[in-house]
Amino acid sequence: MAAVEREMSSANLAVRVAKMLRGVASPPFLLDIDVEVPPGFTILFGPSGAGKSTLLDCIAGLTRPDTGRIAANGDLLFESAKKINVPPQHRQVSYVFQSLALFPHMTVEANVAYGLPDLPEQQRCARVSEILQMFRVEKLRSRKPREISGGEQQRIALARSLVTLPRVLLLDEPLTGLDSELKASIIDDLRAWNAAQKIPILYVTHSREEVDALGERVIALVHGKIVSEGTPREVLDAPRRKKLAQAAGFENLFSGTVLDLREADGVMRVRLANTACEIEVPLGHASPGDHVRVAVRAGDILLAAEMPRGLSARNILEGKIVSIERRGALVVVRVDCGVTFTVHVTPGAERTLELATEKKVWLVLKTHSCHFVED
Amino acid sequence: MNAEALLLSLRLALCVSAILFVLGMPLAYWLAYSRRRWKFLLEALVALPLVLPPTVLGFYMLLAMGPRGPLGKFWYAVFGHGLAFTFAGLVIASVLYSLPFAVQPLVASFETVDRKLLDASAVLGANRLRTFCRIILPLSVPGIITALVLSFAHTLGEFGVVLMVGGNLAGVTRTVSIDIYDRVQSLDYAGANRTALLLLLISFTVLAAVYGINRRAGRRAWLPWSAK
Repeated sequence: MAAVEREMSSANLAVRVAKMLRGVASPPFLLDIDVEVPPGFTILFGPSGAGKSTLLDCIAGLTRPDTGRIAANGDLLFESAKKINVPPQHRQVSYVFQSLALFPHMTVEANVAYGLPDLPEQQRCARVSEILQMFRVEKLRSRKPREISGGEQQRIALARSLVTLPRVLLLDEPLTGLDSELKASIIDDLRAWNAAQKIPILYVTHSREEVDALGERVIALVHGKIVSEGTPREVLDAPRRKKLAQAAGFENLFSGTVLDLREADGVMRVRLANTACEIEVPLGHASPGDHVRVAVRAGDILLAAEMPRGLSARNILEGKIVSIERRGALVVVRVDCGVTFTVHVTPGAERTLELATEKKVWLVLKTHSCHFVED
Repeated sequence: MNAEALLLSLRLALCVSAILFVLGMPLAYWLAYSRRRWKFLLEALVALPLVLPPTVLGFYMLLAMGPRGPLGKFWYAVFGHGLAFTFAGLVIASVLYSLPFAVQPLVASFETVDRKLLDASAVLGANRLRTFCRIILPLSVPGIITALVLSFAHTLGEFGVVLMVGGNLAGVTRTVSIDIYDRVQSLDYAGANRTALLLLLISFTVLAAVYGINRRAGRRAWLPWSAK
C-alpha cells in the first residue's frame, strides 16, 4: 500500500489508459481511453471486442496498461510515469465477472465472507448476514454455488463484491441470461445499495434493454475509443459509428455517396449505393463524392399504400414489398427500393393498408431519422 | 521374503514422497503460472527422468555424489562422510528420479483451476499465498493425491538408479527390487516370487486408488502415459 498517494480530487474514478490490444480475430488496435466516472451508474456500451472488459481489467489491476494513470477517490492506483502499479488485492476495486467466478468448493456464506478475512468472527457474520438479506438470498447461506439458480448466483456474486465496501464497482455483463423481470429486480437492489454507498459503478453491457433499464449515463466504446458519451437517447439514438449502429439496433444500414451539401438547410443529399435512391440526411462531416453510411431505424420509417403528398418529410421512396413476416405484435416488412429497407409496422396497419408481397408502396423517411454514420 | 528390504523400500518411498510434496508444490506453481519465455527449459528438465534410462541418471548422480563430485564434496564438508552408497544418497537420487511423477500431476491440476477464480480472489483482497491455500489447493486435491501416490509407488519400484548410486548393502541400500534381482541371480525363484507378488499387489492397489479418486473427482488421472 506504500504506493498509494493522496491527492486533491473528488470521489470520482479517473481513468486514462492506453494499451495495444492483440485480439484473436482482429488486427491489433489501440485501447485509448480518458474518462472520469462519477459516483452512481455509468454504462459502458459497445460491440463485443471493443475493449470494454480490458478496460475493466486495467482498472482492477488484472491487466497492466501500456501507459496512463488511474486514480480512485484521489488515490493513485496506476501511473506509468511514476512506475506505480498497485496490485489488485490492494486496490479496493470490486469486480463481478460475466462468469461470476463464485468459488465452487465454498458455501454461499464462505464465498461472501472471503473478502473479509481480517474482521473478527462476529462482525464478519453480521456483515455477511446483512448483505445477504439486502440481496434477498439469506436462506441460501449454507448452499454450494452449483446448488442454486443462475439468478441467485448473480445475486451472491454481487453480494460478495459489495460486502467489502469497495470504492469502485466494476460489473462485466453480470446479468446476461436473466429474464427482464429478474434483471429489473436485481438492478433495483443494486440501486438501493448504491443510494447508501455512493461509489462509481461501471456497468458493461451490450444489451440495449439493460441500457434502457438502467437509464443512466452511457459511454459508447467502439474499437478501443470512446465515440460518444451522454444519456441513452443521446448516445444510442444518434449513433455515429457503424458497429455502434448495429449494436444499438439500427436495422437499415446503407452505404452511399454524398452528392451535395446544402449547408444553409443543414442537410446533405446522399445517393444510396448503386441505385437511383437519393435521400436527404442531416449535414455531417463529409464532402461531395465521399462514401458514407446511413443508418435508419425500421420503426422510424412510415409506409404508405399511395403516393403521399403534402408532407414535411423530404424523403419519399417508391418500392415494392419483398416479404412480410409477423413477429408477435410486430410486422416486419421488407421493401425493395433499389436497396432493401426493413420497416416495422403494426398488425393493424398491415390489415388497413392491405399489405402483400409485390404490392407497390412508398416509404417516408424524416431527414432527422436518417443518421450519418462513420465506419 | 526379505522384510528388511521391504521396510527399507517403504522408508525410502515415504521420505521421497514427503520431500517431493514440499519441493513439488512451489515448483509446480511456478510451472503452472509463470509466463517466462524460458519456462519450457525447466519443463523439459523436470520431465527428463521419464525418458532417460535410470542407469544414465544414476551414473551422473554417482559422479556428482562421489568424493570428487560437487554434491559429494559438499556432503563431506557438512556431515563428515561421503554420500554415495548411503541411504541419504539414495533419497536424493530418488527425489530427482521421481520428480516428474510429483510435479506433472500438480501442474496439470493447478492449470485446470479457472483463472477467473484466481482473479476474483485477488480482487477480493487476497494475496498470492492466500489464493493458493484457499482456492488452488482445495480445488487440486485429486491432483495432490495423485502426485503423492505416484511418487510413492514409483520410488518403491525403482531399480536402476538404486543399483547405480546405492549399490547393494543390506539394511542401507538393498531395496526390495534389488532383493528380487539378487534372488533370481542365486536361483531362489520362490523367494523372488513372494517379494515380486507383494510389490505387484502394492503397485496395483496404489494405481487403482489413484484412478478411483480421480474418477470420483470427475476427471482423468494424470499418468505419464496419458500426459497431454
